[in-house]
Amino acid sequence: MTTPQNHAVSGAEITLDNVVKRYAGQRTSAVDSLSLTIPAGEIVMFIGPSGCGKTTSLKMINRLIEPTSGSISINGEDIRTKSQDELRRRIGYVIQGGSLFPHMTVARNIAIVPKLLGWDKKRIATRVDELLDLVGLDPARYRDRYPRELSGGQQQRVGVARGLAADPPVILMDEPFGAVDPITRQRLQDELLSIQRELHKTIVMVTHDIDEAIKLGDRVLILQDGAKVAQYDTPEAILAAPANDFVDDFVGSGSALKQLTLARVSDLEFTRRSTAKVGESSTEAIARAEQAGDAAVVVLDARNRPVAWRFLRQLRRHDTIQEGDWESLVTLDERATLNDALDTMLTSGHGGAIVCDGRDQYLGVVDFDSVTGHMRAVEQEAAVHQEAAARHNAVEDDGLTAPEASV
Amino acid sequence: MSTTTPTSPTVPKTPDAPEADRAGARPRLRLRDRVEAETIGLLLVLPVLVVVVFLGYVWWRQTADLDSIERSALAWPAIREQIVHHIELTVVSSVIVVAVAVPLGILLTRGPARSFAPVVVGIANAGQAAPSIGLVALLAIWLGIGFWTAILALTLYGLLPVLRNTITGLDGVDPTLVEAGRGIGMSAGAVLLRIELPLALPVIMAGIRTALVLVVGTAALVTFIGAGGLGDSLVAGINLFRFKVMIASALLIALLALLVEWAGRVLELVFRPKGI
Repeated sequence: MTTPQNHAVSGAEITLDNVVKRYAGQRTSAVDSLSLTIPAGEIVMFIGPSGCGKTTSLKMINRLIEPTSGSISINGEDIRTKSQDELRRRIGYVIQGGSLFPHMTVARNIAIVPKLLGWDKKRIATRVDELLDLVGLDPARYRDRYPRELSGGQQQRVGVARGLAADPPVILMDEPFGAVDPITRQRLQDELLSIQRELHKTIVMVTHDIDEAIKLGDRVLILQDGAKVAQYDTPEAILAAPANDFVDDFVGSGSALKQLTLARVSDLEFTRRSTAKVGESSTEAIARAEQAGDAAVVVLDARNRPVAWRFLRQLRRHDTIQEGDWESLVTLDERATLNDALDTMLTSGHGGAIVCDGRDQYLGVVDFDSVTGHMRAVEQEAAVHQEAAARHNAVEDDGLTAPEASV
Repeated sequence: MSTTTPTSPTVPKTPDAPEADRAGARPRLRLRDRVEAETIGLLLVLPVLVVVVFLGYVWWRQTADLDSIERSALAWPAIREQIVHHIELTVVSSVIVVAVAVPLGILLTRGPARSFAPVVVGIANAGQAAPSIGLVALLAIWLGIGFWTAILALTLYGLLPVLRNTITGLDGVDPTLVEAGRGIGMSAGAVLLRIELPLALPVIMAGIRTALVLVVGTAALVTFIGAGGLGDSLVAGINLFRFKVMIASALLIALLALLVEWAGRVLELVFRPKGI
């Protein structure tokens, strides 16, 4: 609402002004004078070593922890003007593992805040189904289940749905994806990004994973002990120009590899491999593939969704192209990071991965060569930049030292 | 080949990702999954056992060779009245126990009152360690004999397990769930009623069952302060050296205790929240 350039933003700006949190009996403050503006509609990641005050800072925004001094406002309104409960009902809160209430069904878990806000039953039921759809769970199948009947990733999805339930402008997430396995985590991150593209909430997330921070954050806040801001910038800027040694150490030495989390599959050039429609004649498809020099064919269904990736010898067994299961075929979203793309390629028998757009439509194939090619191009570009910068500095140095030399 | 890989890192928004399928294959929660087989066995066997033994008693009562004192002591109207009275003592004091111990337990897990919990549990522990007959006698000296003195003694005796289990149950609730509830905007009272108590209920119910069994056994002693119950015929059997009467009433007390234990287990099952 405060950023005019994007009318779809439904988030709200959060401002922290000289916020201090000091616990009784401790000599140093947990949070020492933190001032920060979190722009509306952006994802801001809080990251730092354990005990640096990142979670404390997050919890002060919904008053789970009260600051010792300083003020916090959301959309210009001081958060202390409302009661704690009222405030929190307008702020989504998502915690590690989802923290679902085990004695309530998925639907009841999601419905808690709308119920507290006094929505009528029908509106709540519609909203629950809408949210389950949004987080990728079939409402008919999951709404009446209990949390312990769900996998960790599904519980976390429901946790996100619960945080979004009353459509709050601000969502706070405390290491939401910390407790799931890496592959599920990647998928949850991608889903969060695509949800965010639709909703444009203001999301504040605490993480301890720098890759996650770089991947998800529009901005990353790197904190040192006492919640002192080491750097607050876009991931690109932090990787390119770490503000100090602390940030440099924190981001790590492999910042070229970190670029893998920054670059998206859509940045790559897709190779067009031979395709075949379900139901067409196998011999024709094989002939086309052989002409193109491909050993395998991507099988597409009537809706242009890839359903299988078959070798020619597999095709020869049947006269027509057989149906496949698109749900179980491993594909890559075009918005996936190169890091995820490499993971997928490693598990594939084709040394590549099929890329689809947001509606599961076939786009093309990426392979190791396209990734390494992209990385090389990025590196060369960086080297050229550095060289140019070095030359520029050298000229400046000459310019400065020359008069002295001549004196 | 490509369709067999079980992991799919990046397929946003497909409703049934492989991960979902694995969970989908699991059957819905059934009673059998939530309760141990042992408990179900006990629930089925206990009432059968009680009925069989009671029928055995009835048969023995009809056919045994009893003298007039034994016959009048074991006359059905008298025994029935004692059983009813015994149940009355048990139920009234158990209701009071729950009404006192559960709120007290809740209070002792909130805020500053938390620090008093060890003291109160300590006192309740000491009360229970004292011999029950001593407690009954002391209270009778202080308050006089009668029904309500008996109820007070039984209540004091049953208080500890419910109090202790209420505190244990509430303390056992995952603190992150409490924080989650508060964090999404539930008031402290709503979190207590809708999250903490339901989750602590299995533990609290186990305490109530223990209290019930303690009370039904101890209720046999309140005959000494004229409060009736099956203790009447037991003591009569001892005083009159009629061992048949003594053993018969002891058996009836045991049956009643088993029945109460069974009822307690049924209550536990009924009140167990779904999903845990």
